[in-house]
Amino acid sequence: MTRLEAPILELHQQLVDREFSAVELAREALERTGELDPALGSFLRLTPDRALEAAAAADRLLQADPLGAPALCGIPVAYKDVICTQGVETTAASRILSGFVPPYSATVVDRLEELGVVPLGKLNCDEFAMGSSNENSAYQATRNPWDLGRVAGGSSGGSAVAVAARLACATLGSDTGGSIRLPASFTGVVGVKPTYGRVSRYGLIAFASSLDQIGPLAKTVTDAALILTAVAGQDRRDSTSLPAPVDDYLAHLDQGVKGLRLGVPREYLEVGLDTGVRQVFEGSVRMLEEMGAQIEEISLPTTEYALAAYYVIAPAEASSNLARMDGVRFGPGLGSATTLREAYEHSRHEGFGAEVRRRITLGTYALSSGYYDAYYLRAQKVRTLVARDFDRAFAQVDAILAPTAPTAAFRLGERTADPMAMYATDVLTLPANLAGISGVSVPAGFAAGLPVGLQVLGPYLGEVTCLRVARSVEVGAGIWNQLPPVGGGGE
Amino acid sequence: MSIAGGPAWEAVIGLEVHAQLLTKSKMFCSCRADYLGLPPNSNTCPVCLGLPGALPVANEEGIRLTLRTALALNCEIPEFTKFDRKNYFYPDLPKGYQISQYDLPLSRNGWLEFEVDQRPVRAGITRVHLEEDTGTLHHAGEIQSSTFSLVDLNRAGVPLMEIVGEPDLRTSAEARAYLVALRQLLVYIGVNDGNMEEGSLRCDANVSLRARGSQELGVKVEVKNMNSFRSVSRALDHELGRQAEILEQGGLITQETRGWSELEQQTVSQRTKEAAQEYRYFPEPDLPPLTVSREQVESVRAGLPELPTARRERFVAQFGLALDQARLLTARPRDSEYFEAVVAAGITPQLAANWQLGDLQGLCNAANITVDECRVGPLNLARLLEMVEGHQVTAKVAKEVLGQAFETGASPAELVRSQGLGQLSDVGDISVLVDQVLERNGKAAQDYQGGNDRALGALVGAVMGLSQGRANPEIVNQLLRARLPRPGG
Repeated sequence: MTRLEAPILELHQQLVDREFSAVELAREALERTGELDPALGSFLRLTPDRALEAAAAADRLLQADPLGAPALCGIPVAYKDVICTQGVETTAASRILSGFVPPYSATVVDRLEELGVVPLGKLNCDEFAMGSSNENSAYQATRNPWDLGRVAGGSSGGSAVAVAARLACATLGSDTGGSIRLPASFTGVVGVKPTYGRVSRYGLIAFASSLDQIGPLAKTVTDAALILTAVAGQDRRDSTSLPAPVDDYLAHLDQGVKGLRLGVPREYLEVGLDTGVRQVFEGSVRMLEEMGAQIEEISLPTTEYALAAYYVIAPAEASSNLARMDGVRFGPGLGSATTLREAYEHSRHEGFGAEVRRRITLGTYALSSGYYDAYYLRAQKVRTLVARDFDRAFAQVDAILAPTAPTAAFRLGERTADPMAMYATDVLTLPANLAGISGVSVPAGFAAGLPVGLQVLGPYLGEVTCLRVARSVEVGAGIWNQLPPVGGGGE
Repeated sequence: MSIAGGPAWEAVIGLEVHAQLLTKSKMFCSCRADYLGLPPNSNTCPVCLGLPGALPVANEEGIRLTLRTALALNCEIPEFTKFDRKNYFYPDLPKGYQISQYDLPLSRNGWLEFEVDQRPVRAGITRVHLEEDTGTLHHAGEIQSSTFSLVDLNRAGVPLMEIVGEPDLRTSAEARAYLVALRQLLVYIGVNDGNMEEGSLRCDANVSLRARGSQELGVKVEVKNMNSFRSVSRALDHELGRQAEILEQGGLITQETRGWSELEQQTVSQRTKEAAQEYRYFPEPDLPPLTVSREQVESVRAGLPELPTARRERFVAQFGLALDQARLLTARPRDSEYFEAVVAAGITPQLAANWQLGDLQGLCNAANITVDECRVGPLNLARLLEMVEGHQVTAKVAKEVLGQAFETGASPAELVRSQGLGQLSDVGDISVLVDQVLERNGKAAQDYQGGNDRALGALVGAVMGLSQGRANPEIVNQLLRARLPRPGG
């Protein structure tokens, strides 16, 4: 039993009541991580000094003004390693950024730390967030606490596992094609991919700028809503952040689903779903219907083209975004290079892993003259059609229900030899990124002992509805507090 | 050597001009745009260093100054525009791409009017778009032999406007005149400092030859590295001559980029088309597309100052100046501002123009400064010219006083008073001098009375000399004629 099993608002009350101090809570999180994480590999580096310093500051505030202290004051969190932290090495799980210590923090980090969170450290992920299993990290593969032989999902695998194993109360991840929702589903936690532009990308090491979005992973929908509230909102340093005022994500959580129209896209059930996943999904849909939701079958006809469009657009942007990693300022040095070209080749070949090089090559090809129209431009047109599909659907329903992934967590190594099979893992999550809409993955049940997530997709800036439906699933499923075997659960 | 303008070949030249904008901050971050003279890499931040995670934010003043230029060049301003990424690797480009504009620039389809040998020429402007400057590299000696290169990113991200001209220019003289007029315009409207030596204004040229009378374009060569008006003229003359020589021997021109070598006084091949860059342009996802409202366009248009051509025509019409004088006085905004201030103080325009372009400009040239930098402000010049017009000083004395004021910064009125240089206009005082001169110059007096007009000039000169230049020459004249009546006169 660890204090980190409690939801954030409960911990907050206990901190306010001085049942324990923020420093005690931080020490517990650090000790627990030291004990359990060697088997899991969720953290790339811990920042105990910063954590204890922040915890001490939180304690001072909790003592001076217990009623005025923010709900996140003294709460242990951690960040995916694609999020820049001032003075703390940030590598995006890549060798090429080994030793890179940003002189500035991402806006999301500033916003959380202003509220007094306790930053435990930086979390593992696929290199530059490119992957669906966390096996593409240059440093270590993160393992699933429900079965150490299985992947955590990616690319925010470390962020998901740290929450699932109760090492941190909540974490930040990033979602470009499902990188928050997929590992959330594989590890049994809640993951939110906000509307594109709802959360500032300033300080997020870019994978695909027009698709990337930072979001929270947490034990409960309420915890996720708390973190989202803290990080959402316009940022003048990110021109793509939205000026719309931030909704109250907590106020409507417990309103239930009675009267809501929820759509089930027929195309999402035709992608070769595992039987166990299908059973969990159908059970959840029946449950929501019993709770008073009106279930409607809908159609998103361009679904089958979304995957292909995504794997043109995302690598195209990545090929440009990663060009700054040219060996001049970061990277493994120039080796024996004697010309500029050799220097680039050496640092980029040594610095980038195979999957990153594959995507740079794909993207460079798609943008080359002669191929631009056939690939990049056509993919952008498909993207517009995908967005129109969702527009039509949301004229009919309030939110969309779907499995988060076709399967539960697969075995380590199972898909590494087959990039196409690995890419297909994202088939149900990436359409939301192409359209820029909001989505939440929430634990809905188990298949053969492995967690299975349900995905709620909402319209543009539809976070309130997504979170409300997800909360109903959470209440109905009643499994949020089940712990994985590594982390104290099970036998 | 057969060069363009020769009988067989016609030159086709289009200029691409890059101009740094006079904004306070860089194009996509808040570092200073004025980077000169700062310690290397001190004028930088995560955005212009291209650090992972940093994002650009467009400088609205940069957009406004580009619109201003586009309107001054008679361009169309589309309602929708966007930034694109131009991707290539080079150590002075920290992000590995330059934020620029590709297929939807801020403006297109304009023109620039200028004169070549008093003949008006109009050349098309293809587009004016906005991008960011790169950093600079410093090598030990020549780039090829240097064992290292140092990167300075102080300049990276400075707003840079690219003005692409149509291939409408037919001689190197036209190209030079186009560039002179464009530079004058940019300085006039306050978007660029016009400094070619320090690189805030840079010029590349696309050059080809075709058989005279032909409508087809020949193979073009891009000429770079021209950093003065003179090098533009020389580089184009050399390149046109080189191409003519090849064509006349039946050869073919290679499409390539050539650099002007000041040292060798010739263009040197840098890169052929086969090695051309593949820039992989695509829309910049970090910056939303821009909508330029008609109100915004009209507000920028309303803020445009009077342009050089219009001002020159006004100087002729309003002040009755000769075209040459008007041209000189409108060469730079500061010259015409100075002139208008002198006239506004009540001085006859022609007198003001003569003095500003004559004595004052001479002093300035000798001191290598511009008229607005000299110590004689327009109001002090006006005060001096007022004394000339009111016959309080002679022109000769006024020149001396101007020289002193230029050196010391003292007020001309004060210099005249303290040195007793005021003009002698009292008839009684001048009569005394006239008497003395006639006493000593009986011969000249007789010559004049005998019909020799030139003798009177000598007598006037003698009186002026005796008065140390202060006597009013008209009164001297009148008195002498009165003393020396001519028969029948």
